[in-house]
Amino acid sequence: MGYFAPDTVTDALRQLADGSAQIVAGGTDVYPARGRAPAAKRYLDVTSIAGFSEISHGPDGTRFGAAVTWSDIVRADLPPVFDGLKAAAKEVGSVQIQNAGTLAGNICNASPAADGMPTLLALDAQVEIASALRGPRHVPLDAFVTDVRQTVLEEDELVIAVCIPALPTGMTAAFEKLGARRYLVISICMTSANVLLDDRGAISEVRVAVGACSPVAQRLHQLERELVGVRPGAVTVTDAHLSPLSPIDDVRGDASYRSDAVRAQIVRAIQRAGTR
Amino acid sequence: MSKDFTHHTLSFRLNQAIVVASPTPGQRLSDVLREELGARDVKVGCDAGDCGACTILLDGQPVCACLTPAHQVQDRDVDTWSGLYRRDPAAKALADSLKGHGAAQCGICTPGMMVSATALLRERPDPAESEVQDALSGVLCRCTGYRKIIDAVMGVPAVTTGKSHGVGSSIPHVDADEKISGDLSYGDDVAPAGCLEILVIRSPYHRAGFKFGDLKSFAAAQDLTTILTAADVPGRNLFGVIPQFVDQPVFAEGEVRFRGEAVAAIVARPEIIAGLDPESFPVSWRKLPAVKDMQSAQGEGAAEIHEGRVQNVMCGGLVARGDAEAALKRADVLVEGRFRSAFVEHAYIEPEAGFAQVLDGRLEVHACTQAPMMDREALEAILGMDAARIRIVPTGVGGGFGSKLDPTVQPFLAIAALKTGQAVRMRYSRTESMQSSTKRHPSDIRLRIGANRNGKISGISFFGEFDTGAYASWGPTVANRVPVHASGPYSVKDYRAESKGVHTNNPPAGAFRGFGVPQSAIAQESLFDALAEKLGMDALEFRIANALENNVPTVCGQVFEQGVGIRACLTALRSAWKRESAAMAAFNSSNTTLKRGVGVAAGWYGCGNTSLPNPSTIKAGITPDGRVVLHQGAVDIGQGSNTVVSQIFAEALGVLAKQIERVGADTDITPDAGKTSASRQTYVSGNAAKLCGTALRAQVLERINVGPDATLYFEEGAIIAEDASGMHRLNLSGMSVDADGFVMRAEETYDPPTEPLDANGQGAPYAQFGYAAHLAVVEVDTEMGTVKPIRFVAAHDVGQAINPMLVEGQVHGGIAQGLGMALMEEYIPGRTENLHDYLIPTIGDIPPIETLIIEEPDLHGPHGAKGLGEHVLIPTAPALLNAIKAATGVRLTQVPATPARVRAAILKGTQ
Ligand SMILES: Cc1cc2nc3c(=O)[nH]c(=O)nc-3n(C[C@H](O)[C@H](O)[C@H](O)COP(=O)(O)OP(=O)(O)OC[C@H]3O[C@@H](n4cnc5c(N)ncnc54)[C@H](O)[C@@H]3O)c2cc1C
Ligand code: FES
Ligand code: FES
Repeated sequence: MGYFAPDTVTDALRQLADGSAQIVAGGTDVYPARGRAPAAKRYLDVTSIAGFSEISHGPDGTRFGAAVTWSDIVRADLPPVFDGLKAAAKEVGSVQIQNAGTLAGNICNASPAADGMPTLLALDAQVEIASALRGPRHVPLDAFVTDVRQTVLEEDELVIAVCIPALPTGMTAAFEKLGARRYLVISICMTSANVLLDDRGAISEVRVAVGACSPVAQRLHQLERELVGVRPGAVTVTDAHLSPLSPIDDVRGDASYRSDAVRAQIVRAIQRAGTR
Repeated sequence: MSKDFTHHTLSFRLNQAIVVASPTPGQRLSDVLREELGARDVKVGCDAGDCGACTILLDGQPVCACLTPAHQVQDRDVDTWSGLYRRDPAAKALADSLKGHGAAQCGICTPGMMVSATALLRERPDPAESEVQDALSGVLCRCTGYRKIIDAVMGVPAVTTGKSHGVGSSIPHVDADEKISGDLSYGDDVAPAGCLEILVIRSPYHRAGFKFGDLKSFAAAQDLTTILTAADVPGRNLFGVIPQFVDQPVFAEGEVRFRGEAVAAIVARPEIIAGLDPESFPVSWRKLPAVKDMQSAQGEGAAEIHEGRVQNVMCGGLVARGDAEAALKRADVLVEGRFRSAFVEHAYIEPEAGFAQVLDGRLEVHACTQAPMMDREALEAILGMDAARIRIVPTGVGGGFGSKLDPTVQPFLAIAALKTGQAVRMRYSRTESMQSSTKRHPSDIRLRIGANRNGKISGISFFGEFDTGAYASWGPTVANRVPVHASGPYSVKDYRAESKGVHTNNPPAGAFRGFGVPQSAIAQESLFDALAEKLGMDALEFRIANALENNVPTVCGQVFEQGVGIRACLTALRSAWKRESAAMAAFNSSNTTLKRGVGVAAGWYGCGNTSLPNPSTIKAGITPDGRVVLHQGAVDIGQGSNTVVSQIFAEALGVLAKQIERVGADTDITPDAGKTSASRQTYVSGNAAKLCGTALRAQVLERINVGPDATLYFEEGAIIAEDASGMHRLNLSGMSVDADGFVMRAEETYDPPTEPLDANGQGAPYAQFGYAAHLAVVEVDTEMGTVKPIRFVAAHDVGQAINPMLVEGQVHGGIAQGLGMALMEEYIPGRTENLHDYLIPTIGDIPPIETLIIEEPDLHGPHGAKGLGEHVLIPTAPALLNAIKAATGVRLTQVPATPARVRAAILKGTQ
């Protein structure tokens, strides 16, 4: 039994090495998942760890500490390529959820409908992981989340930060979310697009990622390749482009609706990103 | 310093005072605040971040206390609403603004709303509407429709429509202060901390046999106080709200009939309940084939859910007048359709909760209820105990909308208190509440309507099946009400409407604002549009041409010589209809993906029970020290009966409502004012209050010996009457005092005049109807299928608005619920059992609403007033569906019209 709120990574890793503990950051996934079941025996709270709430920029890119909340992201002074991430942050639940919920918690929870996933995939995010037993490692986000509610994290490992490599200057971004009500809504599907235009206004580089249409959010690489040279206003999306997706029927919508809606959503996201 | 709380207490600043607490690892902050630190102004509606009722400020930022590990607030600042209200003048001013707008109805969402708004106003003193919506988006309100909350936060001046005082004036709710301050105690707020708790064990299957393991050794091993099962029910293990249909056990015996049905209950100390995994309870299940829809329930081979209810048909209803089939054959134009609707959850923000104790051999149950007297009757039978030994004290009710008419926590509390002899409490979890409480009936309706070439309705044939779930609850009421109302407020000579209540292994469907009428209105009002289109007539003018009028018989053959206000409601929409139709055309000519549409629909609703007595009694008296005390047994569930009944009584007595002291509902004290349902409190209890006030005034006048026009003043120990001849004083101090402490008293009863319906549903089912017509404007994203309501104009005939501000509040709240039903709400057992997956409208989903109050006085109503509570959501859903049709060209025949369904219909329509 215990509740441990370390202020150093070393202390935190030692706790994890000592035996399994429920890691908690904002608690916005941990508590709803618990429901009426009894509490865990040991808790490791990561929100007091030094540096965990920091967002830092450097020549190599941008680093979001594992306790950075959605509200921190909304308030941060970030270049336009993070507009998609900011837009996603503003769409997460409600102010209350954004004030507590973290980016790291969102990806560790590994929900197919996690709004952070498509934006971070479009930003080529890397997950920085530490462990007292195994040492540190960096894992690309698309390899970090392996399936519905599954990640590569071992019991003794802790996510330290989410890192975004340096991105082409001039790249812009947008995020589109589809839900059945205005706020507090899990996405039916969502799309993130990062776009770099050439001087003629055609796409020279684009990254498109889609969530809630597959067990893990997916980049659409074939679409990305074929869009080079195309103007944002002339984008079309084919069935082949959507082949990485495998939408399912659930209470929010059926598979055929998802496939249909996401097509329009992708076009909108690219156009919005491309008209900055 | 790294903190290991294993052996340390927690300390932080709560409302600026340093406090210490000793939470267990992982304990929710909401729990510690409410139970250990007594901050019961922090409400709990879901324990999952979905409702925002538990919102507090953590270092000035709003967060959900139910998602915050208590240990996370070490050395930090926590502010709850009650602290802000008492300390921060800006917060107090905000609360007063809320009161001025009547924007706290049941008040359960108020603390969370106000905490969020306080945080916003500190950063943005003059926020725009969209900023208010963003900031308050995390708090759900099921009562108000949010618009008045937005106005209050933006500091829009409060409504001042109506008279300055008395009946017809927009006085604030008489109980507003205890709600806006967070002081009102709701179902979970009365129990002392630390008292025994109850955890109900429920079926995970729709239908199953079950056997208990060794309950005794489980209880001993887990240190439980006791376990309750069917064997512990002292009286009859059955309850039900309709005498002929009492069919639901407190604890199932041998077999469960729906997912979520109770089989046992654990009674134990709170720390034991907290550490207990319900999965470990010794019960083994044998899953049985279940019927989940009405068709298979009536199909061959389906098991009879209740013995003797053949093919699972519970009962039916019929209204027949003239010859509908012949009229449809004769009709020049005929339309027909099949319309379906889903289970709708009441989703009040306060889950069912209560507290019980045994005092001097008598049982006392405090719970959130809409019907204290019915609770007592139910317990009398379940406990096999004399009603005189049972006292029901309703707590504050955080929304009811029909579902808190049926017993929920009360039997468990009562049995546990009697068995253990100790005080017990319980609060349903959100999932438990959603699984086991009653719902709106899903419907499957087939309707045919004919008209002649001139646009007159010639006949209607209606057949509707309603899924009443595993138990009857109010299903028979729905079956009776629907045929009476399915014509809509129109003149229809040849009519046949048949309804059927069908049992399934779904949760029991019961009373929900409108008792089946919102479902039938969807079918009828949708087909009216189709008919108008076929006839080439304007949809609004078509309705006006067919509207019911005074002296024209209803489909039950009832003739009202006065008070029929539907034509006035419809004509009131004419200018908005023209304006919005033109705006729609202009918008659509310049947009391809987004399309706007305008729709209208109407509705009517009979106030009070259908052809059954439903009296209300109101008692009042004057104390020797000159106070006027009103015993008001009508439970205010947020709809405002405390205020309306006080206003009517005060007017009759000749004083101001604020001078009245109110004694709330309590079966030991207040006479029976009937249940809060069927939109009857303003009309029925209002009439009783008027009679009571008038009788008391007559006594006073006689005693002082002055004429009827005298003005009365109540002073310390005296009444002064002023008339043309001067002031006359009556000293009260010497007068003899009765058992209630009164020197003068009156008690009056009112029962609406109705007549029974014959085999064809002909008769006089209600003494009055209320009428309504709505106009809705929507914008449809045709690529995504999303529907965004843009505006509503709502015309309501309320006879006489006792309080126009409260009328608007009811209209807004009803529209929000109608909108939810139309666009997003669908309860699916096993799948949408929480407020994460079951969506109700948020503050961003309700557009501006213009309320047009129509006053076509009713002879029977107090001051001409009619009921309103249920009428409001009847036209909303069909108005929205008609607007979607106007926008897209496609008609949705199934609600909710989710984005997936709308898009599918568009794709099908354009093929
Ligand atoms: C009402 C409501 C609305 C919501 N709306 C949305 C929405 O719109 N979009 C959306 O995407 N999500 C939504 N969520 C989900 C949730 O808020 C987000 O996923 C949030 O980002 C989770 O962050 P957290 O810090 O609260 O995670 P926590 O609940 O603290 O943790 C989540 C998981 O991550 C693990 N974890 C956390 N930090 C670490 C770490 N550093 N190392 C290893 N493991 C770690 C935890 O053990 C846990 O398994 C909503 C939740 C609620 C309650
Ligand atoms: S109780 Fe915390 S959000 Fe509902
Ligand atoms: S007043 Fe908001 S939930 Fe009742």
